[in-house]
Amino acid sequence: MPKYLILKHYRGVPAGTVNDHPMEEWTPEEVDAHMAFMDAFGKRLEADGEFVDAQALAPQGTFVRANDEGTGPVTDGPFAETKDLIAGWYVVDVDGWDRAVALASELSLAPGKGGRPIHEWLEVRPFYGAPCHED
Amino acid sequence: MTAAFDEAVLRGVVPQVIAVLVRRGADFAAAEDAVQDALVEALRSWPDDPPRDPKGWLVTVAWRRFVDAVRSETARQRRESAVEVEPDPGPAAQRDDTLQVFFLCAHPALTPTSAVALTLRAVGGLTTRQVAEAFLVPEATMAQRISRAKRTIAGEPFDRPGDLATVRRVLYLVFNEGYGGDVDLAAEAIRLARELAALARDPETDGLLALMLLHHARRAARTRADGTLVPLAEQDRSLWDTDAVAEGVRLLQAALARERRGEYQLQAAIAALHADAASAPETDWVQVVQWYDELLALTGSPVVRLNRAVAVGEADGARSGLAALAEVDPALPRHRAAAAYLHERNGDLALAARLYAEAADLATSQPERVHLIRQAARLNGAG
Repeated sequence: MPKYLILKHYRGVPAGTVNDHPMEEWTPEEVDAHMAFMDAFGKRLEADGEFVDAQALAPQGTFVRANDEGTGPVTDGPFAETKDLIAGWYVVDVDGWDRAVALASELSLAPGKGGRPIHEWLEVRPFYGAPCHED
Repeated sequence: MTAAFDEAVLRGVVPQVIAVLVRRGADFAAAEDAVQDALVEALRSWPDDPPRDPKGWLVTVAWRRFVDAVRSETARQRRESAVEVEPDPGPAAQRDDTLQVFFLCAHPALTPTSAVALTLRAVGGLTTRQVAEAFLVPEATMAQRISRAKRTIAGEPFDRPGDLATVRRVLYLVFNEGYGGDVDLAAEAIRLARELAALARDPETDGLLALMLLHHARRAARTRADGTLVPLAEQDRSLWDTDAVAEGVRLLQAALARERRGEYQLQAAIAALHADAASAPETDWVQVVQWYDELLALTGSPVVRLNRAVAVGEADGARSGLAALAEVDPALPRHRAAAAYLHERNGDLALAARLYAEAADLATSQPERVHLIRQAARLNGAG
């Protein structure tokens, strides 16, 4: 019953570990195969009663902060190439950590260029749960 | 609730109605679905038009749903002929039937998550939506989870004795899931444990109910208005629910007298000693440690070993507590929090502050995290 965030990144993961070609360099069939895989993954989560949420984020965006002078927000965009960039996420409600890791590992095998698995890095983060009753 | 009927009464008969359908030849999964449909219908129509015989009404409507479902599936003569109206079982059968539904819903083949969901729906008489809200997941997800659970136990006989220990574990899981929705899961777990205790008549189930009551009694004192945690030692004991404490202690004493101890009875005994003390320093820590010794001998649980170390710190001083803690697996989530507490009591404030901060990073709930950060901040400010 704990919930986990399975986080996808556009960038910011270690280089050289991933079948890492921008999607625009894939063939249309490879793009379709990737999308079909993602769709099937989401449907299986739903069928297994583990699905909570799935969202994809547009890469365009900015960082915002307030400055001391109060002259309106300071923004920092578009992103510098080195910044981590969140692509989207799944939220799952599962039996425990091991299951969350197994699901992320499945997602990592999504097909990419050449039909080979991407071996993408997925970040798995636990949600906070309810405090226990024992205090 | 402006309803002219008591929803708890309606929910209380759900497992019996499922059993009636099963006795008439429905398989468990189909019977449970049909009763859920009837329950949703009852919640809609009863407030305006309560029936004289709630259970009879539910049986009639659920049975009609079931027969319709069978017919629409495929109008196969063979299946229809297997479905014949039988008289309702008598009271003795009813008692056993509810117990059978408990057993099926906590079948060992189910994962804890599935067993919890199915138990709340089929034994607790909650709607899918209520269960989904309680666990903060989409209703469709919960519906799938329950369907899968029922597929997992498809074909399991309805009359075979089940495993009470698994049922108890499932109910304790429900009790410890304090989430959202309009259903209070802790209260619901107590209601189901009360029902199970009446059916099972065994000391360990009474011990589980006692443990829940004793923990639940402290609920009003456990958090401040802003949601922050109040540690046991600092709780305003006048806020503890004395009726719940009294019932828990009474149940526990009767259970212990039967000399068939189990982990829930032992945990309840420790909770009862806390409930017994007018203030934290008046707690009989020596006896608390003795119960922990027995609990450790029975379970070998690392979490018990950790809690025992903290109790040793209270009974024999922080140094002894730290010695006991040295025997505990440091990978446990609350190990650092316990270490921080004992080092503070031992006067090592800088180390304690650092350990509290580390413990905050390992907390599994937001209130716990905030509490540990405040402890670290308090000590850093005192330095």
